[in-house]
Order: sequence, then structure tokens, then C-alpha cells
Amino acid sequence: MASVTLEKVKKSFGQVDIIKSVDLAIADGEFVVFVGPSGCGKSTLLRLIAGLEDATDGDILIDNHVVNALTPKERGIGMVFQSYALYPHMTVYENIAFGLELNRESKDTIEERVMSTARILQLEKLLKRKPKQLSGGQRQRVAMGRAMAREPSILLFDEPLSNLDAALRVQMRAEIKKLHERLASTMIYVTHDQVEAMTLADKIVVLNGGRVEQVGTPFELYETPATTFVATFIGSPKMNLLPAKVVATGSGQTTIVLPHAGELTVSVDSSKLQNGDQVQLGIRPEHLNFIAAGKGPDNSTEVQGLPVRNIEYLGNESFVYAGDDSMEEPFLARLPVPSRFIEGERVLLDIDPAHVHVFDSEGMALVRTEVEKSMAAQS
Amino acid sequence: MQVLTPQQLRLKRLKYIAGRIAFYALVIAIVLFSVFPFYYAIVTSMQSSSELFEVSYWIDHFNWENYQAVMSQSSFVSSIGNSVLISTMVVAISILFGLTAAYALGRVEFKGRGPILAIVLGVSMFPQVAVLSGLFEVIRALNIYNNPLGLVFSYTIFTLPFTVWVLTTFMRQLPKELEEAAIVDGATPWVTIFKVFMPLLWPAMATTGLLAFIAAWNEFLFALTFTLTDDQRTVPVAIALISGGSAYELPWGIIMAASVIVTVPLVVLVLIFQRRIVSGLTAGAVKG
Repeated sequence: MASVTLEKVKKSFGQVDIIKSVDLAIADGEFVVFVGPSGCGKSTLLRLIAGLEDATDGDILIDNHVVNALTPKERGIGMVFQSYALYPHMTVYENIAFGLELNRESKDTIEERVMSTARILQLEKLLKRKPKQLSGGQRQRVAMGRAMAREPSILLFDEPLSNLDAALRVQMRAEIKKLHERLASTMIYVTHDQVEAMTLADKIVVLNGGRVEQVGTPFELYETPATTFVATFIGSPKMNLLPAKVVATGSGQTTIVLPHAGELTVSVDSSKLQNGDQVQLGIRPEHLNFIAAGKGPDNSTEVQGLPVRNIEYLGNESFVYAGDDSMEEPFLARLPVPSRFIEGERVLLDIDPAHVHVFDSEGMALVRTEVEKSMAAQS
Repeated sequence: MQVLTPQQLRLKRLKYIAGRIAFYALVIAIVLFSVFPFYYAIVTSMQSSSELFEVSYWIDHFNWENYQAVMSQSSFVSSIGNSVLISTMVVAISILFGLTAAYALGRVEFKGRGPILAIVLGVSMFPQVAVLSGLFEVIRALNIYNNPLGLVFSYTIFTLPFTVWVLTTFMRQLPKELEEAAIVDGATPWVTIFKVFMPLLWPAMATTGLLAFIAAWNEFLFALTFTLTDDQRTVPVAIALISGGSAYELPWGIIMAASVIVTVPLVVLVLIFQRRIVSGLTAGAVKG
């Protein structure tokens, strides 16, 4: 069991700064997921914690001890690699036992630990097999067993499920979650898949371009994304962003006006803004609805509305895209089936003010006063 | 589709048959060229001195006299022992140094890797004669003249470059994550090389080891220069120095018998390791 603290950690390869001053605190027993687009530095950050890379600057602390100069083994970490990296010439038993043998454990201890690890991961029947005789999911479990067997205080996962097919991924995800409950060790998990992040994490760290964009529980990231980046990255399909203008600022309520939807009063703190400032309004596809044009909420009949571009039928719901040619991305609404719309039909946006996010011109979120209040009441 | 007349069809068929015949004729010619000298050596080794003057291409009777004559020379038997000892040591040292050097050159990032590899290759380009005198001085200074160690030392200089090159190439192909997994498991570079990488490099080691063994086994110039007495000689020199009853007689039969005897270990080795080499090439699937 161990806590991990990063203090102003930087990493550059030559001239390229991959990690730009990251501060992060991970509590003992926490399941933390690093998530971000490819090239955001999440794997590098994990490798820095593992000790496979040296930090260019800053300190890495495990249990409040600076571990920058320690080897991975001395840091007490176990790691699961993306390609599993099992030793191909060793059996499953030998793979799991390798670290223990290097640790000069007694034969009995090794046997006992390997067997108990195998029991947890349901590998008992496979112990005599070589990696090439195993399926992807089995290899994945062996890789986890190898990382667990030494009973490290911190377990690191580097995109462990990306080589598996979709069904197996869901199953392994559940197993990892169960494993965390059982071992109660600190786990740090890297993925680019925000669904994995949402389902597994106690705490998600969203990384973008070598910086921490936001840290929070899945609920916090979903309900109160701090930036447009987090807002569009967390949640699938991603959040719609609409240009809008503030017409009445306020610390509790703000009125904004936006094309195709008219005026909207939302519960965000805009006391720092001025009337007439440009903002971006964010609304998730599940909270967006379309209504046939001509019957706008404020009855502004001059509004022409947006044409429906296409409709994707998914069975349980349909994705309806609406937008004109000037827009880079059309607005997306998740609507129940059967859909009331047809392609080419002109629609207006029907936005539920309770689910609106507002971002200033720099992409920083304005505080959602109602959501903050209810979150404070819950905790 | 183009319609062919029966005549054209016949012509096509003839062309095909002619092509096949030419192909197999070429194959047979190549095989004859490459195998005949060895075959003739075996034939000769089965003939007595007088029979040598009649040209015969077939083994019509087995005459083991020459073999008995060779094996009864105690100096020849001891030179076989020397050759086995020296070649084995050369292989062992080459593989050991080759593996460790390949780890450094293939997996460790440091300045000057390229130049070092170039120098390693460059050294092996020198003809043996060019380094002979210099090497002689070194061997004298090390006091290993007329000693198997002197030959081991000089052969290793020439077998190491290609061992290092081949093993470095193979070592580079092993996935990085495998090494990192070993590091996380607490393995030192030494353990990583010998417990993780070496078992995966078997095919490469069998190939380079075999080549090093053959090179050391057949080497003549150094063996002649750096040994003085019969009991320190290796087989190529021993064979060359087999002499007949008088200065005017060369005992071809005995020389050929000796040559066949010293080739047998090589053939056996190749056959043993051949499976390893072939299976290794296909089982190179390191992933996962």
C-alpha cells in the first residue's frame, strides 16, 4: 500500500517536452486512470512513476520518499504492459514466478504465491502452458499475475485492454475492478478509452499536451468539466459546443442568447464576464432535443433553423445530426426511436437549461451554481 | 481469350519441356561442381597408393587402410583433440562476448554506437596476413606461443566481429517491453541477457556459433604460424604436414582419409543444429 506524489515533474526527449510540470497526488489504495488523446504523455507519465524513464526535472514520491533514483523493483511497483511482454520461453508458472525467484524467495513461498495468484486470476489449469498456447485474454491475465505475484504496493497498467476484442474488454474491465477491490492496492491505469476511465476510476486524470487538464471523480468530470477539452473528451458521443453571447451576467443566473435556440437562462456564475461577451455553450447529446422549425421556444418565426443532415439508427436510440454547411461539426442529439425527424427537415435546438455548460472565450468553464450546490449537499 | 492453333500449342509445349530440361541440367551441373571435389576426396581416401594412378570415379570396394594409418598416428589424434578444444573455446568465448556486446550495442543507448559497430566490422575486413606479424608479437608478449590459448586468442579476434554483428541485429528485434518487464521484475542486465534474451536468441547463437566453429576448425595460417611442435598442432596443419615415405612421395590416400575424418564432426554439428536454426527462424514470434 502506498501513496504516490508527483511534484513539478517534467520530462523531455531532446528538445521535445513530453511532460510539462505535472503535480499530482494519488492516495493509498486509489484507482487512478490517466486518460487523454494519443501523444498527451499519459504513458510517459506512467513510465516515470514506474522508473522506466528518468524525470528531467521534479520529484516523484512514493509514501513521501523521493524515489527518483530507485529502480522499478525498489519502488515496489508491478506493471502490466500493452503487449503483455510475457517471457515466450517460460511457462505461465515460470512467468509468474520469475520476479519472485529474482527476489530469492524460498521455493515454498514461490509456489504458494504463484498458486494463490493463479487462483485469483483463474489460471490454475494453464500453469504449464507457454504464452503462445494462450488466448489474448489469458495472456492478459498472466501479465497481471506476473505483476501481482511480488505483491507490489503499486500496480501500473499501460493500456492493458487495447489488444483485446470488445466483448473480452468489457469482461476484463470488470475483472480488473474486482481485483482492485480484492487487493486494495494503489492502481494507476493508462487508457485512451474514456469508457474504461469512467467505469474503473476512483479518480480520473485528464492529460492534454503534457499537462494535467483536470483531476476528479468520473462524476465531477462529467458534470463539471473545467475546460472545453475535458467537456468534449469525457462522454460519448461528445458534447456539442455552440457559440453564444452573454446578455445578462450574474453570480447565480446568467442569460445568454444563441442562434437557432433563442434566449436561455442558465445557472452559471458569470460575474467575471461583461454583457455582450462571447462564450461557448456546451450541451451533451443526451440533453439536446430538436423541434421542428417555425415553432421556436420564443416564437421567433424568422428563425430558419438547421437542416437535419443524417440520422443514425442504433436500435435503442438514434443519433440525429443537424447543421448547415458553414459548421465544421453538426449538432448531435440522442433521441428515442422511432425518430420524429427526416433528413433535410429544418429544426431548431431545444436545450434543457439545467444541463448546460458555459465556457468563456479561453475555454474555461464557468461555475455551475446549481450543480455545485447539489454536489456539496451530497458530500 | 486468345485461341491457339494446334501448332502453336505444340510449340508452347515443346518450349516448356525444353525449359524444364535446361533447368534440371543446370541444377545437376551446379551440384556436380560443388560436390565432386568432396566426393573425389572420399573416393581417394578408400584407395591404396598404387590404385591412385588409375582414375576411378566409383567406390567399388571399401579399403580402410588409410583410415587406420591416420588414426594410428598419435600426433594426429592429439591434433584432433587440440582442434576440438580450441574450436569449442573459440565458440564459447565468441558467444559470451558477442552476447554481452550485442546487448550493449543493440539495447543500450550511448554515443558512438554506430562508429563502434563500423570499427568492429572494419577490423574483420583485414586479411589475416596483414595482422600476422603484429599478432605474433602480441602472442609472444603474452607468452602463449605454441599454446592452444594463442590460437584461441587469435581466432576469437576474427570470429567476434560477425558474432557481434549478427547477435546485435537479432537483439535489436526483441521487443523493448520484454526487457522492461524483466527490469520491473527486478532483473539486472546480466539476468536479462542470460535468462530472458539468451533463450530467445538460440537460433542466432546456433548460426553464429556454428560459423565460428567452422572458421576455427579449418583455420590454417595462424595455426601454422603460432604452433611449433606436433602435439600443439590443429588438424589443418597436421594434415598438410603428413608426409610419405620419401621426399618424392605424397600420401594422397592418407591425406584424404584424414580430411574426411576431420570433416565428420562438422557435418554432425551442422545436422544437430540445423533443426535449431530452421525452427528458430520460423519460431521467431517473440510477440506476446
